[in-house]
Amino acid sequence: MKNKIGKQTFVFRNKPVITGECAVVGTKEGQGPLKEYFDTILEDDTYGENTWEKAESRMMENSIMTAIRKAGLEKKNIEVMLTGDLLNQLMSSSFSARDIGVPFIGLYGACSTMTLSMLMSSIIVDGEFAENVVCAASSHYCTAERQFRMPLEHGNQKPPSAQWTATASGAAVISKNPCKSNETLIPIPKEIFITHGTVGKIIDTGMKDSNQMGAAMVPAAVDTILNHFEDTGRTPDDYDIILTGDLGYIGKEIALDLFADAGLNMKKMHLCYDDCGTMLYYRESEDVHGGGSGCGCSASVFTGYLFKKMRAGIFNRALIVSTGAMLSTISPFQGESIPGIAHAIAIETS
Amino acid sequence: MSKSKGTPGKEVAKAYEKYAMTFTPKPRYFYNCVKAFIAGGLLCVIAMLIQNRIMASGWEEKDAAALLTIILICSAQLLTGLGWFDTIAKVVGAGVIVPITGFANSMVAPAIEYKKEGIVLGVGGKLFSLAGPVLVCGISSAALVGIIYWFMGGMR
Repeated sequence: MKNKIGKQTFVFRNKPVITGECAVVGTKEGQGPLKEYFDTILEDDTYGENTWEKAESRMMENSIMTAIRKAGLEKKNIEVMLTGDLLNQLMSSSFSARDIGVPFIGLYGACSTMTLSMLMSSIIVDGEFAENVVCAASSHYCTAERQFRMPLEHGNQKPPSAQWTATASGAAVISKNPCKSNETLIPIPKEIFITHGTVGKIIDTGMKDSNQMGAAMVPAAVDTILNHFEDTGRTPDDYDIILTGDLGYIGKEIALDLFADAGLNMKKMHLCYDDCGTMLYYRESEDVHGGGSGCGCSASVFTGYLFKKMRAGIFNRALIVSTGAMLSTISPFQGESIPGIAHAIAIETS
Repeated sequence: MSKSKGTPGKEVAKAYEKYAMTFTPKPRYFYNCVKAFIAGGLLCVIAMLIQNRIMASGWEEKDAAALLTIILICSAQLLTGLGWFDTIAKVVGAGVIVPITGFANSMVAPAIEYKKEGIVLGVGGKLFSLAGPVLVCGISSAALVGIIYWFMGGMR
């Protein structure tokens, strides 16, 4: 196998480029610590639509179209779009694809969808099946809540471990060639290349509490990261930043504990490791209990915060790991535990 | 249920859950109970005052109780519709969920949520999605207790 190393890792020898990206977030996310990084912040979470689902699909469409524009491309240049969300039958993705009208592949990876779609897009571009591909993931608090939990106006108390589904959408255009760089900007923004992708295994810890999603996903995330290090021969020292998707405050603590158990350089890990679910909100004032979750959580932090920082040269090499809890709306009622998954992507600047 | 290949054994699952719990902040049960107790008590006192006022204006106790129930349900429904009930319930919890106000909320919340799916199949179909299980269990256990009571009464 010329493009695979180790057990689970793909090498992208042609180094696909992230040419455009965009993050659209809801009002609550727009009041968080990362507000200045997002491209669009909704004034109203309905986005002027009459259903939450339509609002989510419009958020996704908006993020995709902006990412394409920022890549200096047009809709007709995009050969395929790979998107996913949390809703049954990928409603937001398919309905945004209906409006965009580009060849479409829907992906479901629960909250791991962003790195899953980036990984698949990189394979398509690296394998020279297409020159420009767009990938995106979205989630909406109101659509996820009604599908997985309770009606919004129902009065109940959530435990401290329950996480808050982010209202957010992130999109990235992945291309074979770098876009013509805008020489008028000083300093010239750096190009971001995708070098490796590690496909994760489903790991089930046997946890059944759907209010403990972060803890249920940690072993999958740690497994993928350790396998990535083993396959590539890299260590945490090779990365400026390692971001997991939505483990939340509790999950992050567990992950650090497991990294220490695995014998990683903890001094470095404390410096470079963080979790998108802990970055998106102010913990106390925004009352998000266990932190953020949802496809949009990692999608918006990667495309909004991380990629912008990388273009500015603050980070040069990053490992991004979206994490997903692959439970369905009926599996908890059938007594099933929560299967966790995580996919990793290594990106670096020129 | 047979154990599937990909899931860990019960002991491993328990051990991991216990491990995860050491990182999880505990809900403040005592503090929450006190808040619920005070709020629930306050709600009952207000209800009693209203009932007394109704009875003072010449209603019989039985009718006054029925009228009071209607008032409580209507106000909980109104608060749910205004989007305030979930905020109140988040703070005082069982204080407003256990009384009949909680039942009213569990009917109106899905009605609002599923309005977009149509009056008949949306609201009609989902109206009892939260209250339904409570009703089924409540009525079943009431019937069971009733049968036991009838037998005991028959023995006397």
